[in-house]
Amino acid sequence: MKSRLAFLLILLLMPNAARAVQPNEMLADPQMELRAREISKDLRCLVCQNQSIDDSDAELAHDLRVLVRQRLQAGDSDAQVEEFLVARYGDYVLLTPPFKSSTVALWMGPPFFLMIGGLCAWVVYRRREDKATSSDKKLTPQERERLDAMMPVHLPTEQTEGKNAP
Amino acid sequence: MIPEIGHYALILALFVALTQATFPMIRAARGNRAWMDMAGTASVAQFVLVTTAFGALMWCYVTSDFSVLNVAQNSHTNKPLIYKIAGVWSNHERSMLLWIFILGLYGLAMSLFGGNLPPSLRARALSVQAMISVGFILFILLTSNPFLRLDPVPTNGAGLNPLLQDPGLAFHPPFLYLGYVGFSMAFSFAIAALIEGRVDAAWARWVRPWTLVAWGFLTFGIAMGSWWAYYTLGWGGWWYWDPVENASFMPWLAGTALLHSSLVVERRDTLKAWTILLTIVAFSFSLLGTFLVRSGVLTSVHSFASDPSRGIFILGLLVAAIGGSMVLFAIRAPSLKGGGLFAVASRESSLLLNNVLMSVAAGSVLLGTLYPLFADVLKLGKVSVGPPFFNSVFVPLMVPVVIVMAIGPLLSWKRGDLKGALRRLKPAAIAAAVTAIITWSMSGGIGAGAALGLATWLFVGTMGELAHRLFPMRMTAVDFLRRVITIPRSFYGMTLAHLGVALVIIGITGSTAWKTEKVQVMHFGDTVKVASYDLTLKGVEEGVKGPNYVAARATFLVTKNGTFVAELHPERRMYDMPPRPTTNAAIHTNVIGDIYAVIGDPDESGGYVTRLYYNPLVPWIFIGAGIIALGGLVSLTDRRYRIGVPLRKVAMQPPQS
Repeated sequence: MKSRLAFLLILLLMPNAARAVQPNEMLADPQMELRAREISKDLRCLVCQNQSIDDSDAELAHDLRVLVRQRLQAGDSDAQVEEFLVARYGDYVLLTPPFKSSTVALWMGPPFFLMIGGLCAWVVYRRREDKATSSDKKLTPQERERLDAMMPVHLPTEQTEGKNAP
Repeated sequence: MIPEIGHYALILALFVALTQATFPMIRAARGNRAWMDMAGTASVAQFVLVTTAFGALMWCYVTSDFSVLNVAQNSHTNKPLIYKIAGVWSNHERSMLLWIFILGLYGLAMSLFGGNLPPSLRARALSVQAMISVGFILFILLTSNPFLRLDPVPTNGAGLNPLLQDPGLAFHPPFLYLGYVGFSMAFSFAIAALIEGRVDAAWARWVRPWTLVAWGFLTFGIAMGSWWAYYTLGWGGWWYWDPVENASFMPWLAGTALLHSSLVVERRDTLKAWTILLTIVAFSFSLLGTFLVRSGVLTSVHSFASDPSRGIFILGLLVAAIGGSMVLFAIRAPSLKGGGLFAVASRESSLLLNNVLMSVAAGSVLLGTLYPLFADVLKLGKVSVGPPFFNSVFVPLMVPVVIVMAIGPLLSWKRGDLKGALRRLKPAAIAAAVTAIITWSMSGGIGAGAALGLATWLFVGTMGELAHRLFPMRMTAVDFLRRVITIPRSFYGMTLAHLGVALVIIGITGSTAWKTEKVQVMHFGDTVKVASYDLTLKGVEEGVKGPNYVAARATFLVTKNGTFVAELHPERRMYDMPPRPTTNAAIHTNVIGDIYAVIGDPDESGGYVTRLYYNPLVPWIFIGAGIIALGGLVSLTDRRYRIGVPLRKVAMQPPQS
């Protein structure tokens, strides 16, 4: 009850345009304040577009910053503070989406893309290897004739080509 | 009268574009030269018409003609002239007009500089370009016409969001669009080549300059946007992985991949299908980027649905452009046979690795940006995908890119000598290790040490290669000068761009690892120590009048060990129209770092909330990005793009039927 009263008091005293972390929100214990900042950076300001409560000017962000600090002072660990907020606002409040069934596609996406990319590269090299072996075969007499006609000096092109391939 | 002229010119442009999109394409198939040349004339006409429309709207803004709805909604008589002009592209309808204006500009450039292109390829590419115009002009005329009149005429306009009234942001959209739309050139060439069924080294050489232009502008545009965020949003951040930023970053990633793979097509005549696919992807990302930002779909799915005509048109346009080109690609790609073979250790392989990782990065950014939308539509619940996700995906992908960036240029085409390259990179490796260890032991940050080590590796490696090319053993001064001139400009361009990347990494590391922040209430005369600087609040002058705002202007004295460094004047502004507050940070830079001061609200004790930062190395992010863009520019002046395609290659092509 007392904390809620203090909370209301802070709200009343606040000028209406709050900008990110305010000095009067900050905790006296620098260690705990640092923890609060780190936690704040991963919490979404629910009424903003893609801003953390640490960056946001919104009223709600201010309320959440104060709430985070109250929980820390009450002895919560960092994880407990996040749990408390998730219980209240859902996963939406976390800027790092938790790994669960609804976000499997999100977290597995990049490794999956990387696998496809690796596969594509592998196909490129394999196809090249096939081609390298197939290009080892001799030129037909007609091709040889045309090549000689084109080139004043006879060069063993097919052999260098074959050797250079992997 | 002027708006009607603009409106009329736009309608005429639509019909010119329709003609240009159809006839040259049909007639090119039959080899009718006159009809093919018509595409060039049409693109000139279209440029004139679109410029007329664009000029008409600009006129309405400059003269504050509030009978035009669009002007009334976004302008105000008190606004400085530059922002009246910038108003022409600062919201949806008008930015679309800027889009087609730039498209017209590129079309004109293609018909002016495309003289050395085969007539059928040129006609088809211009035709594809016109199809894009048709789509966009129809979109403007049907769903977002900027020339609509308003009755009764209001006495004054609603004004422009003050955050956007800033020189950095005034020029940010045009550069971004020069980049986005620039990729349409490569796209048009790719579609034309797919229709013709021929992609060769000559094709790559025609496309590459346009890709370089687009990529250079985009790089510059993104850097400008980031810089704007850094100095206006007021807490020293410069990149937020915000969907709007991602929208411009995805085409950049795809464009970077394209830039490197087109090199392989040009030099080695291989990876053709892949390069064509990348041009399609780069332009698709540009379209997506334009619409993601402008349609409001990112704010919420519901705002998109509330104006279905616009949304459905956008979806239709995206499906037609991306789907159509992908179908064409699927049909024609198997016939694009790659020629050159290459070993695992080769220049080609290093470029291929860049391509794969850049594409994976672009795909991941797309996934992260759109995932909240998917989750919402599929009823998976509301999900936030924030910076931690993007950082954890993006950083590991870029580490191998940077490592190979130093090795790749040392490898020769076809089959490189990896051992030899690594031997030549020994100084770079030693420098990197020393930097990493010193950084780690001095600051205790293992991540910062690794990042700076990586940047050193790239910087020293790239400089080493430049030195290797410039100073071979035993050489006279004349030899040296000759070398300086004969080394292709594209090599200088690459060197600059890669050095730029190293600088950007240094800047990012500095700003994330060693940023100092002090937030407190200060009274006049109070001094706060930030890093090694002392900042004293001298006073705050309330009621300073600007052209369309009133500001509270603070004066900070910055000293270091008692000697004067600078005076900073951060402001807190209240704009008249619309009445919104903004904070204008004051920044003093000495190139190594920025002292960054923000003045907040007064508190009841008569003091002021102040936020003071020391942002070490941050200037290098922007300097580095500028150098990357400059690298693109230098590469563009390479001799081979000026003299065109060598005759030998033309002679080897089959005769035109």
